[in-house]
Amino acid sequence: MATRQLGAKKLRVLPGFKLTLGYTLLYLGLIVLIPLSAVFIKTSTLTWAQFSHTVFSPQALAAYRLSFGASFFAALVNAIFGLVVAWVLVRYNFFGKKLVDALVDLPFALPTAVAGITLATLYAPNGWIGEWLAPFGIKVAYTQLGIFVALTFIGLPFIVRTVQPVLEDFDPELEDAAASLGANRRQIFWRVIFPTLTPALLTGFALAFARALGEYGSVVFISSNIPMKTQIVPLLIMNELDGFQYARATALAVVMLVVSFLLLLSVNALQWWSNRYNTNNLA
Amino acid sequence: MTAAETINAPHRMSEPPFMRWLLIGIALAFMALFLVVPLVSVFAGALKQGFGFYFQTLRDPMTLSAIKLTLIAAGISVPLNCIFGVAAAWAIAKFDFRGKNVLLTLIDLPFSISPVISGMIYVLVFGAQGWFGSWFSDHNIKIIFAVPGIVLATIFVTFPFVARELIPLMQAQGRTEEEAARVLGASGWQIFWRVTIPNIKWGLIYGVILCNARAMGEFGAVSVVSGHIQGLTNTIPLHVQILYESNNIAGAFAVASLLTFLALVTLVLKTWVEYKNTALRGTAFTPVPFGKKSN
Repeated sequence: MATRQLGAKKLRVLPGFKLTLGYTLLYLGLIVLIPLSAVFIKTSTLTWAQFSHTVFSPQALAAYRLSFGASFFAALVNAIFGLVVAWVLVRYNFFGKKLVDALVDLPFALPTAVAGITLATLYAPNGWIGEWLAPFGIKVAYTQLGIFVALTFIGLPFIVRTVQPVLEDFDPELEDAAASLGANRRQIFWRVIFPTLTPALLTGFALAFARALGEYGSVVFISSNIPMKTQIVPLLIMNELDGFQYARATALAVVMLVVSFLLLLSVNALQWWSNRYNTNNLA
Repeated sequence: MTAAETINAPHRMSEPPFMRWLLIGIALAFMALFLVVPLVSVFAGALKQGFGFYFQTLRDPMTLSAIKLTLIAAGISVPLNCIFGVAAAWAIAKFDFRGKNVLLTLIDLPFSISPVISGMIYVLVFGAQGWFGSWFSDHNIKIIFAVPGIVLATIFVTFPFVARELIPLMQAQGRTEEEAARVLGASGWQIFWRVTIPNIKWGLIYGVILCNARAMGEFGAVSVVSGHIQGLTNTIPLHVQILYESNNIAGAFAVASLLTFLALVTLVLKTWVEYKNTALRGTAFTPVPFGKKSN
């Protein structure tokens, strides 16, 4: 490696490599890597029995089930409606389109605490939306359904923003070709357009799912935080921290970090797949 | 070929008008239900007890100290992450070295970590039972449940924002302009200020806008390291929580309306920068991994 760098150095015309890379690594180490390693080091002080007792406790298992379930359905709903929103924004013209496009990013720009109290108030039995659902016996706030609503809100932009650019780049000549070969509109969508959107759709789904798994701020207000019922994993970790049970909190955090890492890997694989797809299309 | 195109163009298939309006209707209804109604309800909730109460809440010393702390946290974390973003982008875009992809993944890491865990890691390092906890308490320096912890947690959650805007931008621009300046005798800093900065100006502004929005709005990570001491370790989002949980709903929404206003300003500025520089479009907050080129 040293010889490689020395070899490359001859070609380097620009200054500042050591300074900028050194600073990047130092800052990354101090802010991210060293503190993050504390999670694993702290967890390693537990015996396996203690670790498994924490991460496989009934309360933890219920929290995983709720976190994964609510995040999955929230991402699914966003995949369907996000695709419709992206389609409409790219393909059609209507009044206020620019405004709608800008508004898509609101869940990212709006602090999660604000989203949390707003959704909790809206979906409470006496809230603007909750009062319409209450006569049908549908309770949203302080139930699992409320958690799903909050996670849907925060995941909304992901699918739209991953699908939108792919749809914009889509060559309409492919549609013309399919049409000239006798395909109808439905066949063109499902056989020509949809397959090219699949990698982007899955990427957006995975990103929304990953974000929902870790979400705290928007859920804490709309969830009643009852163990086994409405407690997602980040809330459980927070409870352990509040009780100064740091080792238990880090054990649960390790589980979360491993899951996030696997999701990150799958997103990277999807990205690679979609890039390959695009190159094939160009060829 | 061009003749054929012009002939074909009007025949290009689209959905029948009924289908088109149905899809537009579904999209707008979904957006209205999930985005517009919550947005309107924030301001309605804030003004529920009248303008007098609204301004009284905003002028409250506890609110003012929360605003001050949020400005401090953002004022420190945004410039630091800016410097980091420029340095990382310079190293990654202007030079070739091994392990670049690993570095890119590591820079993105804070995005894929739950805010609760982001705050927790600093408790593990600096907390009373943490690695350096006893050293800091011996020297009477308080980090956790104090302002430095809040600043650190804010730096962590906003860590990738500027870097991930600048890296793809500078990679796309290449290094020929800087190399030309070098050959003409410019020094490193001259190249940086006169060639690179004008080229990356919009990307940098874009990154700062997004970074600032997250820095001022962060709740989960800051919540872990703050002691929730009113007037001392309360940021605006934490103050919203305290007011809400003490059943001062109108007060909570009054303070929340400040953050909502900030979010709307962020969206306007973001749209304006995208209009100025179309290359930045779509990269906003969505953490699509590096390496994605929309050709």
